[in-house]
Amino acid sequence: MKFVMKALCAAALIASAMTVSASDYAPVTDQRLTNPEAGNWLQYRGNYAGWGYSPLEKVNAGNVNKLQTAWSFSTGVTEGHQSPPIVNNGYMYITTPGAQLIAIDARTGGELWRYKKEISPEMLQLHPTNRGVALYGDKVYVATVDAHLVALDAKTGKVAWTKQVGDWKALQYITLAPLAAKGKIMVGSSGGETGVRGFVAAYDAQTGNEAWRTYTTAGPGEPGGDTWSGESAKTGGASIWITGTYDPATNLAFWGTGNPAPWPVHLRQGDNLYSTSVLALDVDTGKIKGYHQYHPHDAWDWDEVSAPLLIDTTVNGKAVKTAVHAGRNGYLWVLERTADKINYVASHKYVLNDVFTGVDSKTGRPSYDPTKIPGTEKPVKFCPSLWGGKDWVPEAYNPKTKLFYIPANNNLCSELPAADKEVPYKKGDLFIGYPIDGVLGSLRWADANAPKTIGEIQAWDISTGKQVWTHKFPTFMWGPILTTGGNLVFAGGTNDRKFRAFNATDGKPLWETTMPSGVTGVPVSYEIDGEQYIAVQAGWGIDAQRMQSGVDALLGNKTNVPQGGVLTVFKLAK
Amino acid sequence: MINNEIRNCATNEPINPKRRRVIEIAVAGVAASFAGRSVAESAPSAGDRLVLDDAEGEPMALRAADLKVGKPILAFAFDKATKEVRNGSRLQKIMLMKLDEADLNAETKERAASGVIAFSAICTHQACEVKTWIVKEKALVCFCHSTKFLPLEAGRVESGPATRALPTIPLKLEGDELVLAGTFSARTGPGA
Repeated sequence: MKFVMKALCAAALIASAMTVSASDYAPVTDQRLTNPEAGNWLQYRGNYAGWGYSPLEKVNAGNVNKLQTAWSFSTGVTEGHQSPPIVNNGYMYITTPGAQLIAIDARTGGELWRYKKEISPEMLQLHPTNRGVALYGDKVYVATVDAHLVALDAKTGKVAWTKQVGDWKALQYITLAPLAAKGKIMVGSSGGETGVRGFVAAYDAQTGNEAWRTYTTAGPGEPGGDTWSGESAKTGGASIWITGTYDPATNLAFWGTGNPAPWPVHLRQGDNLYSTSVLALDVDTGKIKGYHQYHPHDAWDWDEVSAPLLIDTTVNGKAVKTAVHAGRNGYLWVLERTADKINYVASHKYVLNDVFTGVDSKTGRPSYDPTKIPGTEKPVKFCPSLWGGKDWVPEAYNPKTKLFYIPANNNLCSELPAADKEVPYKKGDLFIGYPIDGVLGSLRWADANAPKTIGEIQAWDISTGKQVWTHKFPTFMWGPILTTGGNLVFAGGTNDRKFRAFNATDGKPLWETTMPSGVTGVPVSYEIDGEQYIAVQAGWGIDAQRMQSGVDALLGNKTNVPQGGVLTVFKLAK
Repeated sequence: MINNEIRNCATNEPINPKRRRVIEIAVAGVAASFAGRSVAESAPSAGDRLVLDDAEGEPMALRAADLKVGKPILAFAFDKATKEVRNGSRLQKIMLMKLDEADLNAETKERAASGVIAFSAICTHQACEVKTWIVKEKALVCFCHSTKFLPLEAGRVESGPATRALPTIPLKLEGDELVLAGTFSARTGPGA
């Protein structure tokens, strides 16, 4: 179909009043990203290993009940606010749905500058959100929903370059925060429901020139190409929509991949490499150095996009450089990362899963109950739900408690109707393969009655494979986790708009506050002039709201969780 | 649109059909240029026919009989004279749906042709296509964020994140062909 587009990709830099002043900007180097100072939060999860951990401990389990608002900031935007406030030497950067990037004085909350990418009104936004920026050198990088990568001067907001990464008219769109390492800015594109061929692409941080692009479906003639029938890999999904983790010692970036497309399995026979996998990519070349597929030939929309957390620990008494991932498939996967391979170590079921009948102890390959694989003949119910035991919301690891924290949803299932027998690909349209009303109304309870609890924060000891504590919520939970050196776990994610702190060692609730909207933003911590801050965006929307609609349909309720992005920064009362 | 026989102004003589078609094309072109847009970019207007949104080649006008009750289809308008399809923007996509005429109230009937009603196909929330009919709720639902629109109440938002009704567009019949009797009732696409 022919679309005539005008004024696309025009960017507007909104001049600020400049009545606030942040301190001098400190360039972000590979060394700083590899060994981040405790007082800043330089990247998506605070460090390359993806821990979501701040060593700061002035706010701790003994005084967290004295937290109060230092300042707050309304973004003026609705929909899902999920980006972490990235902090460097007094400069803070948040992003909003609709591809806005806002620079803020991290001490006072004053707006320094704002960048708005003009998005075509023609653009269909299936997931209106943005998950944050990357910092590198003297620039800040944001990837936009219309599949562009933009580099800006971190201090002034002046655009240095803009590159088209994908084709939004083919419904390639970007929601993730870029990953910066060794002079490259890496991104990928969403589109598991629109028939994209997933990829990770790297751009030169200075020039914006594309350095490499690695596709995440194995094409005909490539290694793994025989795991797809016919031409199905070309529209096979395996999209990339959450930031990768990175091991500087091996120069490998670890990226989780999404579901294969379309959903019905009869249309893409084989294991469908590298969907629902983790890929280890050489950052210099983009070459695939290793992979592990969590569950081959996905039939349940269980994207495994969260990159594994890189934790050097012991497993059953043996030292292992692990890569740990709480799967959407409901299993906690412990893998070993080497310079050229990813090996299976162990797995633990952490929420109800009635699909897997076992996991091979050597390879980690799960076997399936054939009656739980949706097909073309009849509706099939399975657990966990389409959103899985844990969707994109990031886990966390605390090196002091040595516990791994999972924001989980338990006791939920889905029922898909009979699949379409044929699903022709049409550029710019959905590529799912099930009647849409059946997908929208797919949520089911595990049993006949509503469960007493759904959302959970689980704490696991990876070394022993034991669940140490669990906090259960009466409602579902979509809260990214922050853990700190103060023996704390922070998370929101529930529809009552609460943002909470727990004792990281035993899970005891210690503090909570009611936010302006539901919190699905990634929390962070930073320090200025010896004062520790906790920062998080509220802004309900997207899949948390979709799950709310599903729960309401089952209960006959209409729950209104107010929308609107507000960044709130907390500090201890004096 | 010129539907009646055109006569030469000076002689009042009937114009032969071939000449008439040339004039029609010229008129359409002038109208579009006045608006500063090509036919493809210009909004659907009264007299336009409808063609399936993914049809290729010369457009074939949709007829009321082409629709099945409760099965929405997507279409673009096209200029009857020039055969140019107004598909320069997906915001101009039209959703057609046939309902049992007995279910239509008087207001809806006024916009309908043989039980077929037409709306913008683009959700007023985030521009996703609205093309799923839930029979038991008599609602159209957007697949992206589940806004439900009530086609029997002029596209009113019943639930979900959208805040504006789905714009309507009136239909009539000429012969058995579906013909637009006007343009969209409001701006199409997202935004307050």
